[in-house]
Order: sequence, then C-alpha cells, then structure tokens
Amino acid sequence: MLFVADPARPVTRGPRRKCGRRSPSRSPAGSWSRGLRLWRLLGLAAMATLWAGLLRLASMLSLSCLALSVLLLVQLSDAAKNSEDVRCKCICPPYKDNSGHIYNKNISQKDCDCLHVVDPMPVRGPDVEAYCLRCECKYEERSSVTIKVTIIIYLSILGLLLLYMVYLTLVEPILKRRLFGHSQLIQSDDDVGDHQPFANAHDVLARSRSRANVLNKVEYAQQRWKLQVQEQRKSVFDRHVVLS
Amino acid sequence: MDFLEEPIPGVGTYDDFNTIDWVREKSRDRDRHREITNKSKESTWALIHSVSDAFSGWLLMLLIGLLSGSLAGLIDISAHWMTDLKEGICTLGIWFNHEHCCWNSNHVTFENRDKCPEWNSWSQLIISTNEGAFAYIVNYFMYVLWALLFAFLAVSLVKVFAPYACGSGIPEGYLGKWTLMIKTITLVLAVSSGLSLGKEGPLVHVACCCGNILCHCFNKYRKNEAKRREVLSAAAAAGVSVAFGAPIGGVLFSLEEVSYYFPLKTLWRSFFAALVAAFTLRSINPFGNSRLVLFYVEFHTPWHLFELVPFILLGIFGGLWGALFIRTNIAWCRKRKTTQLGKYPVVEVLVVTAITAILAFPNEYTRVSTSELISELFNDCGLLDSSKLCDYENRFNTSKAGELPDRPAGVGVYSAMWQLALTLILKIVITIFTFGMKIPSGLFIPSMAVGAIAGRLLGVGMEQLAYYHHDWAIFNSWCSQGADCITPGLYAMVGAAACGVTRMTVSLVVIMFELTGGLEYIVPLMAAAMTSKWVADALGREGIYDAHIRLNGYPFLEAKEEFAHKTLAMDVMKPRRNDPLLTVLTQDSMTVEDVETIISETTYSGFPVVVSRESQRLVGFVLRRDLIISIENARKKQDGVVSTSVIYFTEHSPPVPPYTPPTLKLRNILDLSPFTVTDLTPMEIVVDIFRKLGLRQCLVTHNGRLLGIITKKDVLKHIAQMANQDPDSILFN
Repeated sequence: MLFVADPARPVTRGPRRKCGRRSPSRSPAGSWSRGLRLWRLLGLAAMATLWAGLLRLASMLSLSCLALSVLLLVQLSDAAKNSEDVRCKCICPPYKDNSGHIYNKNISQKDCDCLHVVDPMPVRGPDVEAYCLRCECKYEERSSVTIKVTIIIYLSILGLLLLYMVYLTLVEPILKRRLFGHSQLIQSDDDVGDHQPFANAHDVLARSRSRANVLNKVEYAQQRWKLQVQEQRKSVFDRHVVLS
Repeated sequence: MDFLEEPIPGVGTYDDFNTIDWVREKSRDRDRHREITNKSKESTWALIHSVSDAFSGWLLMLLIGLLSGSLAGLIDISAHWMTDLKEGICTLGIWFNHEHCCWNSNHVTFENRDKCPEWNSWSQLIISTNEGAFAYIVNYFMYVLWALLFAFLAVSLVKVFAPYACGSGIPEGYLGKWTLMIKTITLVLAVSSGLSLGKEGPLVHVACCCGNILCHCFNKYRKNEAKRREVLSAAAAAGVSVAFGAPIGGVLFSLEEVSYYFPLKTLWRSFFAALVAAFTLRSINPFGNSRLVLFYVEFHTPWHLFELVPFILLGIFGGLWGALFIRTNIAWCRKRKTTQLGKYPVVEVLVVTAITAILAFPNEYTRVSTSELISELFNDCGLLDSSKLCDYENRFNTSKAGELPDRPAGVGVYSAMWQLALTLILKIVITIFTFGMKIPSGLFIPSMAVGAIAGRLLGVGMEQLAYYHHDWAIFNSWCSQGADCITPGLYAMVGAAACGVTRMTVSLVVIMFELTGGLEYIVPLMAAAMTSKWVADALGREGIYDAHIRLNGYPFLEAKEEFAHKTLAMDVMKPRRNDPLLTVLTQDSMTVEDVETIISETTYSGFPVVVSRESQRLVGFVLRRDLIISIENARKKQDGVVSTSVIYFTEHSPPVPPYTPPTLKLRNILDLSPFTVTDLTPMEIVVDIFRKLGLRQCLVTHNGRLLGIITKKDVLKHIAQMANQDPDSILFN
C-alpha cells in the first residue's frame, strides 16, 4: 500500500496499526451460537451507535438552537416585562439620627425618584429635601425568564454529557465483557485503563460490517471521532503537547 | 479526457498543526473570485451568486457575532449561578444567584447588603441556623465539597470528550464542535470551582470554534485555509469583545496576538463581528443593568502629576510579577511534562482545587469570585458605600455635592488591608500552579486581580499619607486640604493594567480605557503599561503564550524580533555538506514505482522537481500529500496505470516506446512558482521573506541550479541557535 504514516503528523488517518490483536481462537461452540452471538452484538452495536449518532446530531442541533432560542428569549423578555423584573433602588446614607437605608420598589422608570420610592419617609418637613438630595436612586431591569431558561439549558446539556460519559466509561465495557468474555478484551497494554472504551469500540464495531448503509456511516463517523479523541488524548495527556 | 484535470478531494488541504502556505491560498482565492466575477455577466443566477459571494463574508461575521455573544451570555449567567451555589440556594427559585435572589427583597439593610431571608446558606438548610461555629464549619465543608465536585466534573469531561479543550486556547488549537461544547460547559465549571483562573482566554477559543464551525456553512471559507484564518482572527476579536465588553480592544488584541497575517479587509469585518457580539451580549443582559463587564468604572476624579511616581512603581511591580510568573510557570509546566506529575491530571486538579478552596474560604476577599473582587477594588468609596474597604471616618462638617475629601481610615480599612495583603500572596502563589492544568483556564483576570490589589494597597497608603501629612511640599502644592486628592480606585485600575503577563500592551490599555469610558486616565494607564513592558522585557524575552509555544515546539515564527546576524542562506539550507544529496524528482523520467519508493523511504513534506539530474534546473515543487493522493487516485480510477508507468510533470507526455503502460500526468499538482533565493542571500532577508509571505519552504539555487531547501523549521532552529538557545530544547513534534 502506498500510504505510509508520516511521523511528523500527529493525526493518523486510516485504521490504526495496533488496534489490538485479533483473537486467534474462534468460538469452540458451533456456528449457530456464533451466529446468535453475532446478532446480539449487532443489536447492541446498532443501539450504541444509534444513540451516539443521535447524541452527535442532538449536539449540533442544540448548538444552533441555542443561539436562536436565546435571541427569541430576548424578544420574549422585551415583550412581556414582568412587573417583578423592574425596580427602583434608592440608597440613602445616614442622616442626623437616621441610619442608612436601602429602599426597593417595583415601579417604572418615570417614577424612579426619592419621593416615590422612599416610603415611609423617615424625616419630616424641610428635612425631606436635604435627605432626598443625599439619596441615590437607580432604575434597574432584569429578565428572570432569561436566567431561568439559561440555567435549565445549561444543566440539561451538562446532564446529558454526564450520562454519556458514564455510559462510555462504565456501561459499555461491562456490556462488551458480558458478550465476549474476557478473552477478547483488547490487550492494548500501553494505554491507560480508561482508553478501554474506545479501543474496544473500534474493534467491536469493526466486526459488524454487514449492516444497513446509514448505520454504517454513523458507525464510521463515531469510530473516526473516537479515534480522533484518542489521538488527541495521547498527544495532550501523554505528550503534554497542547499548550495550556 | 484527462481524469486528473478535475480537482481530487483532499489535494491541497491541510492536517491540523501544519502551517499553511499563505501565498498559494491567496492566489487560489483570487482565481475563484475572478472566475465568479467573469461568470456573473452570463446569467442572472450567476449575478446573484456573485453578489451573495461578496456578502457571505459579512453574513458570516454576523452569525459569528450572534453565536459568540449568546454563548458568552450563557457562560456568564451559568458561572454566576454556580459560583453562588457553593454558598447556598435561593428559595424563590433555584436558578437565582445570590444577587438576584435578594433583588426584590425589602429586608436588605444598609450595612449588610448581602443578607436577605430568601437566600439560604447551606448551614441554614442543613442545620437551620447561620450563627455559631458549627454553622461556619458546615459552610466551609460544603464550599470545599462543591468546589471539588465542579473541578472533578470539569477535568473528567475534558479528559473523556475533548482533550483539546483544556488550556487557554489563544494559540493555535483544535477547533471542532465537541471542543466548543466541552469548552463552554467545563469553563463554567472551572470558574465556579473557585480556582484562580479567568474566562477571557477560553472565551476567545470558544469564539474561534464558533468561527470555524460556521465556516463550514459557506463554500468560500470551507475550502480556503487562508480565508479561514482571517475569519478566525475576526472571531477572536469578537471573543475578546464579549469577554471584556471592549469591542475596539478586541480588534486590537486580534491584531496584536492572534493574527499572523492581517490584511486591512479583515479589520472592518473584525469590528463588525466584535460589535455584533457585544450587542448580543448586552441584549441578553447578564448583569441586570445593561453592562457588559462586571467591573465597569464610573468615577471621573482627576489625577495629579506627582501621582505618576506611584503609577510607575506599579508598572515596575507589574513587570516584576510578569517575569516571575512566566519563569515559575514554565518551570512548573516543564516539570509536569517530564516527571510523573503529568500522569495524574485529575488528581492534580483535585489537589489544587482543594488547596485553593481550603485557603480561600476564611478570607472574605478570596471567597468571592475574582471578578467581584476586582469590581470592589475599582470602586471609589463614597458616602453610599458601607463595605469594609470603605470604612472611613467621616469627620467633615459639610459635604459638597458628590465630592468627599480625603478621610482617615477607620478600623475596617486597616483590617481590609491585612486581608488584601494575604489575598495578594495567595493569588500570586496559587496562580502559578493553576495555569497549565488540564481544564480551560485564562490568565487575564488573576493577573488583573494581583495588580488591582497591589494598586489599591498603594492607593490607600498614598491617601492616608496625604491626609496625615498634608503639610508636605508635594501634597501642599497639588492637593488643597479638604479636597478629594487621591483616588485609590484609580490606583487599582492602573495596577490591573500594569500586570499584563501576556505582553499585549496596546490592547490592554485600550480595553482598560473602554472600561472606564474616558480618556482622562490614558496617561497613567499608558505609563504603567509601558513601564511594565520594559521591565519585563529586560528580565525575560517573551510573553506567556510565546513561552508555552516554545515549550511545546510549534513552528511559529516570532514576528516581533529582528534577526541581526550575518549568516547566509547556504549556512542554513539542507542538505548540509556531508548529507546525502537533495531528494528530487525529475520532470519526465521517473516511474510510479520510483516515486513511491522515494515517498516511503523519506519523510519530507515536499519534493522539488528538476529537468534532469544532470542539469538540476528547477521546474517546480510538489507536496508529498498531493503526490500520495494523486497516485492512489490514478491507480484506482485511470486505466492502465501501473508501477512502471512514467510520471511526467510537463505539458505533453514524453515520447515512450510502444507497448509500455500509459503515462501519468501530474502537472496540476505541481507548484510552478516556488520561491527561490540564491545561496548567498543574507539570512536577514530570508527570515524577512518567510515572515512577510508566510512561506513554509524556500528553495536555494546557485548559478541557476538547484542546491538545497530551507524550511520554516530550519529557520526557527537557526534563529534559536543564533540566540544561544539550545535548539534541541525546542521539542518539535
């Protein structure tokens, strides 16, 4: 084959050379149980890749939806201004015998001054003007809807990512081990333990070639992504290449 | 019909980390533009196509601004909420942070503006009381627990999904969808965990990822690397704009740090992207009062000429801090790279977080987030403030409208000074270990905090000096008694501007002046920034990002240093005197098998093509990647191409005897205009050519015959050698 890995290039293309040894021993049981196992494997792999593909799709969609939704929110928040979301805040420093005080009131901007907000007025008569001169009144607006939606979006994305991470690191190797038995676990000895999911994934998915084209493409994309992440991780964590 | 006339997918593209050939990309873009313009006269559809092509650049900038602004808003709101989550929960709605929880409350007092019954700290939730030692311990414990949880989530997400998301990301890095998502999510987690890091650098990376992703929607940018780099510089400008709320500073930053090659056309596009991003962020309104950044300064008190002395002192402090930080941080990162320490990134992050949280909780100035600390330090104390830092004794009789004279410090100020000094030491030490870990971390905010604390300490010192010794000559002539002479908040600002470990002087000054909204403080800011830069340059050569680039060995030419040695091109070129001859291809006498052998035996990224081995007259240059792809393609698609087929780079096939396999024409992958210099060209000029034109390699000729080749890495090694650095310490990949 013409293509030779260029050692100067950090990302290798094409299949990795040492993706684990192919298990030399075939199953001692008959071809029937092998076929059954293959079907179970196919089902599991299909599920896995479908989910992974959907997650990727979802991530892309969510990214594009994010910008749109936030913009929509801006419109919404402008339209339906909750009376609770505007306030006039007056800070009045200590004056004569009165201690300092902060007054809050949910009124509109035109009414935002000392006389409307400071209630009850702690001083009487001519002192009111002197007192009010020292006070500083500011009008402030916020959008609680924006805050609420943003936090919910963030937490849901975080939750999805955590679930996916748990699946990749814990669930997948357990399922693989149950299907294949220990003999076929990848003996990639130079990688640290948590490379297992990806190394396993590549080998497992490489077997199931005879499938529908869509699944094949999704699987290929996921495989490539996993290999990329693995390469990235090697270069970042093992060789400490990427700048911090 | 020649199959190879149409472009083969993959030819002319780049892997990540390869530096691009600017000249080739620019000429390709000009060709494409010319073709579209010519075609536009043919039909209406083509005209629309040409108009949309022209507008696609601006549309792309608009989208980048929108997306960056929205993401920055998401990051800001979530980070504020999660930072306060370490301390308690709001009963009105879990999604409110402390400030918003007490927003509508009527129980906020003048002295304690933070306490309101709607906000419950953890001790109140767990043991229903907020007083007492046990409550303090519960709060402490929950604070450390939440900090560790956030840090653990951040580092594990980075490790599992997108290892390129870690770090500050201002230099070149991987820019994909997953990196974007993971960087956004983990940045919030990292900032909320109380670590001494900022979010400016990672925000720039986020903006660049947005730029890269949106480039794929437009044909013009998807295929052309040089145009994509221009889009990335504009995206970086948008990123700084939302990070600081300073659009102009963002564009200048992009010019100063990010762009290698900055044509003027990009300047307008960058401005546009930065303004759109700032506008989007403002509409999302994360801080509730239409401001972009947390530490916006609003005072306008004048400064006096004698104050330039302390400002320059602050500049010197900034320069010293910068040099110290760079040296110690690089030493620590090198240790991390070479010893066992680097094998346990998760443990390292957890340990640093634990230390930071445990040390930070007792001191109220380290417990709050760094941005809040900076905004409090920038604040000029007036009658309406009641924080500890503003606890001055009001011994005056009348108060002129708004202006307060210099007042003696009360007890609160003294205790605040002690606490701030401890904060300074803690921040200086812990930032050295924090920057460089495997989570998104920025450097601006911690450095600005260090500078702001130092500035405030000096400012309060000067203020008290002026009050107690107002009869000294200096103060007497400039300050009248009873006037507002010294503003400690200004000192904090100048200190923050002086502490630029990244050496971006102009952009930092412009950012600070945009934050203050006026030109009155330009002179102090510039004085401090320039002093800091000169001191730091005297102590060390490079900024923090350049130092990290050198540590990791990326082949970036430093466009800032003059090359002042008298070497010639033939001293640098390869092959050297005792090396085997240059590997060349001939224009029409090599077979496919010969070329494949050469490719498999060598690792060069390109080969010169000569007329014949005897004459060594240059025809052009061909890249390894293009050769591989074309030959593979030809083997698959063209009939009859076998190992003994002759490859030719000329216009017409060479005469071959009959009954030999058909020839393979590869002229279209040949670069017919490679750059050449003669062997006696001074290296000064060669370095200049490499920098200005952005070349990757340059051929050396002697009397018209090909002699050797100089690559960018050779140039860098030579520069390093000349600067007496050990070129083997440059760990090239």
